[in-house]
Order: sequence, then structure tokens, then C-alpha cells
Amino acid sequence: MGEIGLAHYLTVSAILFATGVFGIFANKKNVVIIMMSIELMLLAVTINMVAFSAHLQDLVGQIFTMFILTVAAAEAGIGLAIVVVFFRNRGSIEVEDINSLKG
Amino acid sequence: MIHALTFYLFAVIAVVSGLLVVTSRNPVHSVLWLILAFFNGAGLFVLMGAEFVAMLVVVVYVGAVAVLFLFVVMMLDINLLGLREGMQRYLPVGAALAVVLVIEMGVLFANWSFAGEAMTLRAAPTPDVAEVSNTEALGNLLYTQYVYLFQVSGLILFVAMIGAIVLTLRVNPNVRRQSIGRQVHRPKDEVLAVRQVRNRGGI
Repeated sequence: MGEIGLAHYLTVSAILFATGVFGIFANKKNVVIIMMSIELMLLAVTINMVAFSAHLQDLVGQIFTMFILTVAAAEAGIGLAIVVVFFRNRGSIEVEDINSLKG
Repeated sequence: MIHALTFYLFAVIAVVSGLLVVTSRNPVHSVLWLILAFFNGAGLFVLMGAEFVAMLVVVVYVGAVAVLFLFVVMMLDINLLGLREGMQRYLPVGAALAVVLVIEMGVLFANWSFAGEAMTLRAAPTPDVAEVSNTEALGNLLYTQYVYLFQVSGLILFVAMIGAIVLTLRVNPNVRRQSIGRQVHRPKDEVLAVRQVRNRGGI
């Protein structure tokens, strides 16, 4: 056990971030789970910022955490709206089906 | 000791529920695990002394974003059985990428140190918690020095709201709606006809 310091929080956030990246690659069938993985990555980044803010005793990290939260909420709202519209038009939310632009 | 125990409790549950978010079979279960992950992330924030951000995460993520996910997942009529078919194909790539990422970050953490002048470069040093609480200190900073960014984040939320409404609004021509303007502007002769009715005759 021992003293819990900055490194512990950074490790947790690194593992959570890697989990989010893994989720993006592993779920090719469901866009909603990919968006949940993005939320997990944002949580990891947020833990990172607050950990540095607490360690350096600097409040700006927490201020920026709030802005990250705002942008994450906006992104979730728009993204889910796009998913709903896509499902309405194509009847599927699989990543392979999203190929209208032939990219 | 108790601090370390609490940290490991929150950290282990957060990591495990994060893994279950991306691996569980049912998307509804994924959302519920996501809620658990956010709760434990908020617990970690409390441990770090950022209680306002912790409560914000609970309110915004658990109260709004996760419920939004839940609504969308439950409203979309998706085939649960077919959802996992491609999992095996992409599993090795994703796992390899995640492992590489963790190793890279580990190397980064191992060979990293604060700059000597880091403490003098702070933008807003945290005031003593005994005098000014975390929420008050954040408010003092957010509404003075960062007020423009605060306004811009409000604008971002507004644009997101309008965007979501515009994307999902469906105008159905078969729905009969009341148009008060058309009602009021209808000329009288279209609606009313004045007839002379004979006594005992009818029209």
C-alpha cells in the first residue's frame, strides 16, 4: 500500500484511457458503445487534469476540467442525435454500414 | 492507510467497470457500467480534494449524459445477437494497441519529472482549504479570470442543443397542426355566408 501520490492517479487514468481506445477498436458493430468509450477516455483525461491540479495545488486544472465536461456533454448530445438520425435512415448503427461517403 | 484503501477501492472498481463497458454483450449493461465508472471517478476526485468537480461529474455525467445514452440505447431497436460478431476479428488489433499505449505511457511516467520552476509557474495557486472552500475558490476564479471561457462554454452547449433539435426534428406533412396566423387571417367571405331564410322554409 503506502502513500497514494500522483503516480497512482496517473496509472488509473492511463489504464482507463487504454480501455477506451481498446473499446473503440473492439466494438465495430455498435456506434453507441464507441461513444461510451470516448466518454471513458474523457473521464481518464479529467482524472489526469485533476490529479495534476491537486498535486501542484493549482486550481486551473479543475477549471479546465469543467470545460472538458461541458464539451463532453455537448459532444454526447450531438453524437447521439446523429446516431438516432442515422438509425432512422438506414435501420442500423453498425460501423461497417456507415459508408455513404465511400471513404 | 484508510486513504490508500479507499483509493484502491475506487480505482479497481473504476477500471473493472471501464473494462465491462467495452466488453459487455448488452449495450444497456454497458451504460450501467459506465455509470458505475463515473461514480468511482467522482470518488477519486473527492479523494484528491476536488469535491466540486466530483459533484459536477455525478450531476452532468450520471444525471444527464448517461441517462441520454440509456434513452438512445433503449429506443434504438438493435439486434443484440449480431452486435458481437465482429468482436473476434478486431480484438487482437485493439488489445495490441491498448497494450502499446499502456507501455508508452509507462515509459513516459518512468522518465518524467517536474521542472524545477513548476511551482512558480502556477496560474492560480489553491488557497488554504481552511479559509476558502474548493467550490468558493473555483467560483472566484471562474467568474473573474475565466468568465469569457465560461460564456463560450455556455454558447457551446446552446449550439449543441440547437444542433440536436435540428438533427432529430422530423416535419411530418400528415400531421394536422393548428396555424393561428392562417386562422386569424382567413377572410370573412370564405367562412361565412349570409342567407335569407324564409319563414317555415329552411334553406
